Amino acid sequence: MRAPRPKVAIAAVAVAALAVAGCAESDRGDSGESQKDTLVFGVAGDPKVLDPSLASDGESLRVARQVFETLVRPEEGGTKITPGLAESWTPDSTGTVWTFKLRSGVKFHDGTDFNAEAVCVNFNRWYNATGLMQSPDVTPYWQDVMGGFAKNEREDLPESLFKSCAAKDATTVDLAFTRVSSKVPAALMLPSFSIHSPKALDEFKASAIGGSADNVQYPSYAMEHPTGTGPFKFKSWDVANKTLTLERNEDYTTGPKAKLKTLIFKTISDENARKQALRSGDIQGYDLVGPADVEPLKGEGFNMLTRPAFNILYLAMNQKGNPKLADIKVRQAIAYALNRQALVDSKLPPGAKVATQFMPDTVEGWNSSVPTYDYNVEKAKQLLAEAGATNLTLRFHYPTEVTRPYMPNPKDIFELLSTDLQAVGIKVQGIPLKWTPDYLNATSSGSAHDLHFLGWTGDYGDAYNFIGTMFDRQKAEWGFNNPALFALFKQADSTADSAARFELYKQLNAEVMKFLPGVPISHSPPAIVFGKDVTGVKASPLTDERFATAEFKS
Amino acid sequence: MFRFIVRRLLQLIPALFGLSILLFIWLHRLPGGPETAILGERGTPEMRAAIRQNLGLDEPILVQYGRFMRRMLRLDLGSSIATKREVTTEFLQRFPGTVELAVTALIIAIAVGIPLGYLAARRRGKLLDHVSVAGSLIGVCIPVFFLAYVLKAIFAENLHLFPSSGRQDPTLEATRITNFFVLDGLMTREWDAAADAIWHLVLPGIALASIPLAIIVRITRASVLEVLGEDFVRTAEAKGLTERVVRQRHVLRNAMLPVATTIGLLTGGLLSGAVLTETVFAFSGIGAFIADSISQRDYPVLMGFIMIIAVLFVLVNLLVDLSYSLIDPRVRVR
Repeated sequence: MRAPRPKVAIAAVAVAALAVAGCAESDRGDSGESQKDTLVFGVAGDPKVLDPSLASDGESLRVARQVFETLVRPEEGGTKITPGLAESWTPDSTGTVWTFKLRSGVKFHDGTDFNAEAVCVNFNRWYNATGLMQSPDVTPYWQDVMGGFAKNEREDLPESLFKSCAAKDATTVDLAFTRVSSKVPAALMLPSFSIHSPKALDEFKASAIGGSADNVQYPSYAMEHPTGTGPFKFKSWDVANKTLTLERNEDYTTGPKAKLKTLIFKTISDENARKQALRSGDIQGYDLVGPADVEPLKGEGFNMLTRPAFNILYLAMNQKGNPKLADIKVRQAIAYALNRQALVDSKLPPGAKVATQFMPDTVEGWNSSVPTYDYNVEKAKQLLAEAGATNLTLRFHYPTEVTRPYMPNPKDIFELLSTDLQAVGIKVQGIPLKWTPDYLNATSSGSAHDLHFLGWTGDYGDAYNFIGTMFDRQKAEWGFNNPALFALFKQADSTADSAARFELYKQLNAEVMKFLPGVPISHSPPAIVFGKDVTGVKASPLTDERFATAEFKS
Repeated sequence: MFRFIVRRLLQLIPALFGLSILLFIWLHRLPGGPETAILGERGTPEMRAAIRQNLGLDEPILVQYGRFMRRMLRLDLGSSIATKREVTTEFLQRFPGTVELAVTALIIAIAVGIPLGYLAARRRGKLLDHVSVAGSLIGVCIPVFFLAYVLKAIFAENLHLFPSSGRQDPTLEATRITNFFVLDGLMTREWDAAADAIWHLVLPGIALASIPLAIIVRITRASVLEVLGEDFVRTAEAKGLTERVVRQRHVLRNAMLPVATTIGLLTGGLLSGAVLTETVFAFSGIGAFIADSISQRDYPVLMGFIMIIAVLFVLVNLLVDLSYSLIDPRVRVR
């Protein structure tokens, strides 16, 4: 009889473990049936805030898109403007006053009526914001789109684009702007312009941002009481378990009611962990699928959706950083030197395309006949020789520890691009930097860099949001000053007639590609995956996936 | 005893003060700031400057430290720059997860490690001994994230025995009181919630336990072997005591002293070593949150969390010192 006690102890532990296993397994099995109207969706990060007026991160906006609605919204699976809470909208002859005809019979989650008055309460809330509500990190999208406020409290704030709101009757509202802008009405589809219940805004003191500038505290509305008109209602946010639960809005009238009873967003920051959670059944879908996982998961029968590409990866050439780059011939040589097709074929997810300009072809204003620079080593060498830049050395910054929808694997991209440059005789000095803060700081300021790559994902379906953001003014990232180009951007932005504006966008795309401040590389379609038995969701280029249409196949 | 405790608690004040200065300067001297993480690739130098100014990060570091200290003295740790929640709230929501995970790992490591180490020593040179020595070597060497991946691949993805992520099935809608999910489940009699929380702890617990387990096996084995060779064991055996009495009263008890010391040291490591495990198992704890906060330069969270953890460590150490005198009467606390 040797060592009976440890054996008994081990056996006891094993039996206990099995007993708990059986118990928990049966629990999971039991709830399996009723889970068919509950979808758990894996996301990469916790939402930051539930009031989308204060949000700019994708996860907060994803939640907002289910709980709130905007006056106009992108078409399902596309970028074109379609009716949301407004059924129609028309500008006046000056292009500065827009009349929105609203849906009737819509109710907020707290049972109050949605009407023109409610729209004005929301716009006035944003416009009349004071104190901490004017912080650039508190109301980022308002400041991005509208500029400033009724009374600007910071000197660097521009005049507000928004001027006033007038409720003409219950279903008619006039929004007046200080000037014509390409942002109206397209930008109003941003979740940050979601319409909230005036009663809830007041009751939970939504605008009372507490604390001090360096110690901002959101009001309870932004953390616990988001109240919109969307197909899902907010139920709970379990920070300790990293899950956020929404439930079906039974009184939803804007469209068909949600098929799911419960929608849960579960944060799993690690990409591999999300994949394993899907395979093990913890979640029934997730976003930000790694490009390498797209084909395997598809092969296993998971419902893989590919979003139409709504982004751009580009190589920037800093003309201030290196005077040689101010020579158009050198910039052209670099463009000719890059084998972008090989990069797209070997390093980007299926469906990626070589870019001919700095915006995707899904946006109005894309130009099919811009100057192009197809891979041509000889021409590149010749241009370098003509420019007297045969012995060129370039400091090439690239980021580490990051993947972006337009850039799944920066190091691989850097290696391919630098090999191409070396093939035409350009010496490359690779400088790896940590994405945040080092890389972003280095590339957007100063003169320490010659080349770097970066990208942009569009916020809404307007060309200005792509090319205007990059090139409508002097920026340290590019280091050039081109007043003629800037003037043309200003003209396009202030053209009220959309057809005329789209023509100007086409012209701008051609001008940009002629001037060639950088080389547009590719558009990559990000993927989003659902369980084998989940259907009904349409992938959106704007990540505006509507979970209301999601359902389990019976 | 009372004076000892008071003196130790008073010593805490200068220690925390020094730590706060060092930490504050070190954190704020890291290149970049929270504004880059907030703005991402959308930031222009002007926007970043506006945010820095707003957060008061453009002021001299002493002014910033003064502001931090004034808040600290009011026991206010401020709010996270990223989430805008109070730092103490963030801590109370995340720390219980880390503690549950560490305790699970410790239980697994002790429950398996001590018997295994003991048996290996008793059967020195036999198969079990070789297997456990080799196994513990692998346990120390194998990277936690790889073990986690393999465990999940086998037990979650293929066998569907355990969940692969999180602390609890969100569809259970469990009640939260302390944020210790197992405890909450027991307190509210939501047995399924408690069982589910335990169930979620198994795989991350094993992954996190791998290294401590291996260490405990080796220490126990070595310690038991050493004690087995001692004179008093031979004396006891010669006295005619049964093997069982010798083993339990003499060998095991004496062999446990170094093991207990090792376990004490491992506990601290478990709390801080949970970062990887928490990340790969999407387990809501302080480790993963601190890692995120470093990359986001969320100064208030980093300052607050590290200060709280420092206080907790000092308190735990104090308890350990006090417990020595209980275990071993020869140790006197003065």
